Amino acid sequence: MQTILLRQMQKGQTGIIRAVKVGGELGRRIREMGLIPGAQITIHGRAPLNDPVAIRVMNGTLTLRNSEADYIQVEVQ
Amino acid sequence: MTRQAIMALAGNPNAGKTTLFNQLTGARQHVGNYPGITVDHKEGVLEHQGTRITITDLPGTYSMTAYSVEELVARDYLISHRPEVVINIVDASNLERNLYLTCQFLELGVPIVIALNMMDVARDRGIEIKADRLAELLGVPVVPIIARSGFGKEKLIDEALAVAGKVQPWQPRDISYGDDLNAAVADLVTRIEAARFLDGLYPSRYVAIKYLENDEQLLVKGRDTDPATAAELEAIVNTVCEHTTKTLDVYPEAIIADHRYGFIKSILRQGVMTHKFDTDRLYTSDRIDKVLTDRLIGPVIMLAILFGVYKFTFSWSEWPVARLEDFFGWLSAAIETILPAGLLKSLVISGVIDGVGGVLGFVPLIMFMFFAIAILEDSGYLARVAYMMDRIFRIFGLHGSSVMPFIVSGGIAGGCAVPGVMATRTLRSPKERMATLLTVPFMNCGAKMPVLALLIGAFFSDNKAQYMFLFTMLAWIVALLAARLLRSTVLRGAPTPFVMELPPYRFPTMRGLLIHTWERTWQYIKKAGTVILGISIVLWAMMTFPQLPVERLAGYEALRQNVAAGELQAIDKRQAEEALRHSIAGRIGIAIEKVSHLAGFDWRTNIALIGGFAAKEVIISTLGTAYSMGEVDTEQTDSLGERLKKDPNWNRVVAVAALIFIMFYAPCFVTVVCIAREASWRWALFSIGFNTVFAFILAVLVFQIGSFFHLG
Repeated sequence: MQTILLRQMQKGQTGIIRAVKVGGELGRRIREMGLIPGAQITIHGRAPLNDPVAIRVMNGTLTLRNSEADYIQVEVQ
Repeated sequence: MTRQAIMALAGNPNAGKTTLFNQLTGARQHVGNYPGITVDHKEGVLEHQGTRITITDLPGTYSMTAYSVEELVARDYLISHRPEVVINIVDASNLERNLYLTCQFLELGVPIVIALNMMDVARDRGIEIKADRLAELLGVPVVPIIARSGFGKEKLIDEALAVAGKVQPWQPRDISYGDDLNAAVADLVTRIEAARFLDGLYPSRYVAIKYLENDEQLLVKGRDTDPATAAELEAIVNTVCEHTTKTLDVYPEAIIADHRYGFIKSILRQGVMTHKFDTDRLYTSDRIDKVLTDRLIGPVIMLAILFGVYKFTFSWSEWPVARLEDFFGWLSAAIETILPAGLLKSLVISGVIDGVGGVLGFVPLIMFMFFAIAILEDSGYLARVAYMMDRIFRIFGLHGSSVMPFIVSGGIAGGCAVPGVMATRTLRSPKERMATLLTVPFMNCGAKMPVLALLIGAFFSDNKAQYMFLFTMLAWIVALLAARLLRSTVLRGAPTPFVMELPPYRFPTMRGLLIHTWERTWQYIKKAGTVILGISIVLWAMMTFPQLPVERLAGYEALRQNVAAGELQAIDKRQAEEALRHSIAGRIGIAIEKVSHLAGFDWRTNIALIGGFAAKEVIISTLGTAYSMGEVDTEQTDSLGERLKKDPNWNRVVAVAALIFIMFYAPCFVTVVCIAREASWRWALFSIGFNTVFAFILAVLVFQIGSFFHLG
């Protein structure tokens, strides 16, 4: 068990969000899409230039930029 | 008298809201704009068992914060119009996240009915949902529906009418936000009620939550109406904020979000949702994504699809465009014979018919483009395009979704900025959208192509293809750099969060596509049409008045008497040239020669460039008239090219300077009107000024440097 940033996760890797360290508009956007502490996420893939990243959460697929993923800490196996 | 009912339809984007709206109201819809912003206001009517129901389709949102115009519109509508019931459509296959918005409706207390959509998709994914159990726990009616087929819509309306029939005050739901915040909420509520803060327009608990969420709109409203109470409330919020950041390292708004999801989870766990099989099973949609967003094949397929959209828009619309041209040509010819020669005839043919023809000539283009875009949008592919292109467009302060407007505007040479400007509607990030809107006119549209072909053909005939390609690339580079420039000056600001959903792939319904296409096309005809007609008449007047004095006309008449029949045409052409030079446009062209010679342009070129504001291809015919060559056909420009080559005022450097200027100066006025409609007249005027100055600086640089090194 270790906690890493979402950006550092590999394709196909699964983890549990531990913290979302951002407020304001970005924080709210991230949370309203279901990226909250306790949510399980899986890296679905990365865009051709490695950024943005696509993730699965709560039965849906989301995409966000790596710079936005940097605020999300994930606990992985 | 028949009963009337007012309802609103709300839900997440991609939850099937538009499909349901179309199912319920069919063609009886009215699309308008909310004043001052580009969010569509859609209203539809349906009759149900003797009741006339008006439904407003609120913009799709995930939340009810104050960050985006869509959310503000939805919120303000609910508060100010107080619909009798809100139909909240939720995607059963993604229930947890969809209920986040529902949760906020409950907090607000507005009466809702839940339309549990896509039960079929959920079932296919092994998700079983007990609608009655959900209804019981949430305390609101829940009706399973399948919006695509219309299944369940009768029952949905029955339930909605039943709720609408009960006249009752709004009943905000108390959701627990944990010990720290509950105490703060209670404290805030007491003070809000004591002061009758914001005139009781919002439920007091809702105001308390919004204060804790640091909601800009309500904070400003509060300070305006009751500064003393507002300050008191803000002080409490600050104390709580300090406390939670110190002890838990989170802002209150994060705690509220967590508890909303906690509330949803607790409900879903009480026997509402069961997974019959593994949730990680690879769905069809994911299998498609494996190919379509593959790092190598994905971009190749995307380029092919974008090229396909382009081809479809511009090749398939050729036939209707040609028929429209035929029709207006026939009409002009008919009027030519009916009306006597003179000003009225000139006004009707060159002002009115050309104007109306100009407006309607774009309609097939716009229809075909929106149809193609609707397919990409409704199928879910457009989100993938944004996903794949974002890394590149972000460098220039744009968004992945900017690629479509750029391509349509002429990213593949030969597009059109009018549908391009309208295509920016698919962008939901305001600053990125504006930057896209202002830079797409830099692309080489179909009307600029004959002008480029003329100049390249005349001065660089040996490497025609290479130069055409070079100038297409140049358009891309300049447009993107200009976007970067705008984003770091007038449109400065942090990027809008990109976080977005990649919705599951779906087959678009024909009905949805047609409604989508038609409403957007109609908006163009209705809103842009009248303005375009007006400006086209003004431009006609500028090129016509003042007319040549009587003695000059008499002079030409006298000349005609004395020459052989073969030379009559030459005199006509000379007269046309003099008339043009005498007109307002001509006088402006001559007056600005002092400045324009910095870029190597003489007065003849200036007049042509002024004419180009009507439509870029007009540059050719005006140049023809200014060089006493009569009307020059845009398809046959060799003779004009030869003429320019011989002219002492023209050489290769001037040609390049002119090419650059024509590519980047003020968009044609149809585009300008569309920019005004999509943004505002301020931005439309800005685009005329900014583009012209920008293009002129480039042209001067090219001319001065080129002349200095004697490259001409």
